[in-house]
Amino acid sequence: MNLNDLINQVSSWLKGTGPHSDIVISSRIRLARNLDKTPFPHWAKKNDAEQVLVTTKAAFERTAELKSAVFLRLEELDNIDKQFLVERHLMSNEHAVRSNQKALCVTPREDVAIMVNEEDHLRIQVMESGFDLDKTWDVINSIDDQLSGFLSYAFSREWGYLTACPTNTGTGMRGSVMLHLPALVMSRQINKVLEAIAKLSFTTRGLYGEGTQASGNFFQISNQVSLGLREEEILGNIKGVIGQIIEQEQKAREVLLAEHREMLEDRIWRSYGTLKNAHIISSGETVELLSMLRLGNDLGLVENMERGLINELFILTQPAHLQKLENKKLSANERDIKRAQIIRERLKV
Amino acid sequence: MLCNICNKNQATVHLTEIVDNQMTELHLCDDCAKKKSIQMEQQFGLSDLLAGLVDYSKQLGGSEKSAVGTQCPFCGLTYEDFRKIGRLGCSECYTAFGRYLGPLLKRIHGASQHVGKTPLSLSQEEAKSAVRSRGSSVAELKAKLQEAVDREEFEEAARLRDAIKEAEKTEKKKKSKTEETGQ
Repeated sequence: MNLNDLINQVSSWLKGTGPHSDIVISSRIRLARNLDKTPFPHWAKKNDAEQVLVTTKAAFERTAELKSAVFLRLEELDNIDKQFLVERHLMSNEHAVRSNQKALCVTPREDVAIMVNEEDHLRIQVMESGFDLDKTWDVINSIDDQLSGFLSYAFSREWGYLTACPTNTGTGMRGSVMLHLPALVMSRQINKVLEAIAKLSFTTRGLYGEGTQASGNFFQISNQVSLGLREEEILGNIKGVIGQIIEQEQKAREVLLAEHREMLEDRIWRSYGTLKNAHIISSGETVELLSMLRLGNDLGLVENMERGLINELFILTQPAHLQKLENKKLSANERDIKRAQIIRERLKV
Repeated sequence: MLCNICNKNQATVHLTEIVDNQMTELHLCDDCAKKKSIQMEQQFGLSDLLAGLVDYSKQLGGSEKSAVGTQCPFCGLTYEDFRKIGRLGCSECYTAFGRYLGPLLKRIHGASQHVGKTPLSLSQEEAKSAVRSRGSSVAELKAKLQEAVDREEFEEAARLRDAIKEAEKTEKKKKSKTEETGQ
């Protein structure tokens, strides 16, 4: 597998399949792991960090799920490639910015991605399409068990997995679910939902991860507490909360259809019309309009369209993806033109 | 809509803040938004937040004097470094700064005892050694497990649970061997 192969495929977590995939885009779990008696990445000397790359790469090669994965040294990638990996949710922006002695291990299906030398020595991430934290946990738990046989993890009986930041100590686990909640936003109930979530010590982020504002009705919800609860309990709590939100969104969709059908259809078809015909379009407008198109598709108002195609457009229309498709650097204006062109091509019936 | 701060320019940035579980919306013009974001970065950097918590823990537990000058013997990070950057230097820092970290972890997570999974190699090794050193029967171990659960010592309970599994396997093997030889 080669980095450039990725542009021609849809990441497995974006397929639009799996339980409740009309509302849940994807389920994701990450585990923070560190090596015993080795300075954490921010505090490590070059040699220590280099040694971590060697040790972990060897461990990945012996792990069943990672047999066909690629190991990318970030210093060897240009800025567009790094941004491309960030846009595909395979690594953090932080990992792309300071890239010395850093690596990314990613499987061909893009369901497993491991950042080496980010904030912790290892940030293992597994993503699945739809609402399926159990399957996601099974995969990541198996990978983690194997790696713990090859690597000497930093672990204490009292505090669990020891991480660079004490906010991750314990299980080192963060489970998150990406939701599409247009009806709760349109009916102005979303703030109540978000407030309730904050009270239960869950966090909400936007479509593009840490530090991003919620846009296009997408919300990523994850646990904050990582110590004092078993992994299954943390995931159970997330499942409970997400189950409630899914129900609320379903109800809000029913009400919209029953009471404001004309308004709803108007917004959906106008969005579809603009996407199919625009020649210049910003990324912000794209996300808003695609969100409405996805809703139309999920409600059966817009037929004959694959959910996966709409999901893919969210990723393909981002700056680094457009530049990789065009194979050159593009200015903001040029990107807006290219973006509109890609959308028109993909949505041609 | 006019900017909520200067009340002069058109608001172009819409910000949602959650403070003490209360959500507020702010509508700002470009200039005020820039100022606000600089302010927020200054106020709400993660390391600052952590430093705030560190200070709070100190009021609860250890005294300031004893924390100053504490250094991790393995990686050289000082407690002051940790306060500034909000990150520990290595796994050994957890031992070096243990007495200050306990209250801090409790403050962040509401708990300070890990009950989740254990690295595979470690759990197998410890289960074996537990059986060896105590030479206890399954029944004895089960009684100890109940005691540990009653005392809410979940760490010990988890270790005993693993030890019981291991001991059960060993007893089964012994039994089947006895049967095979017909004794």
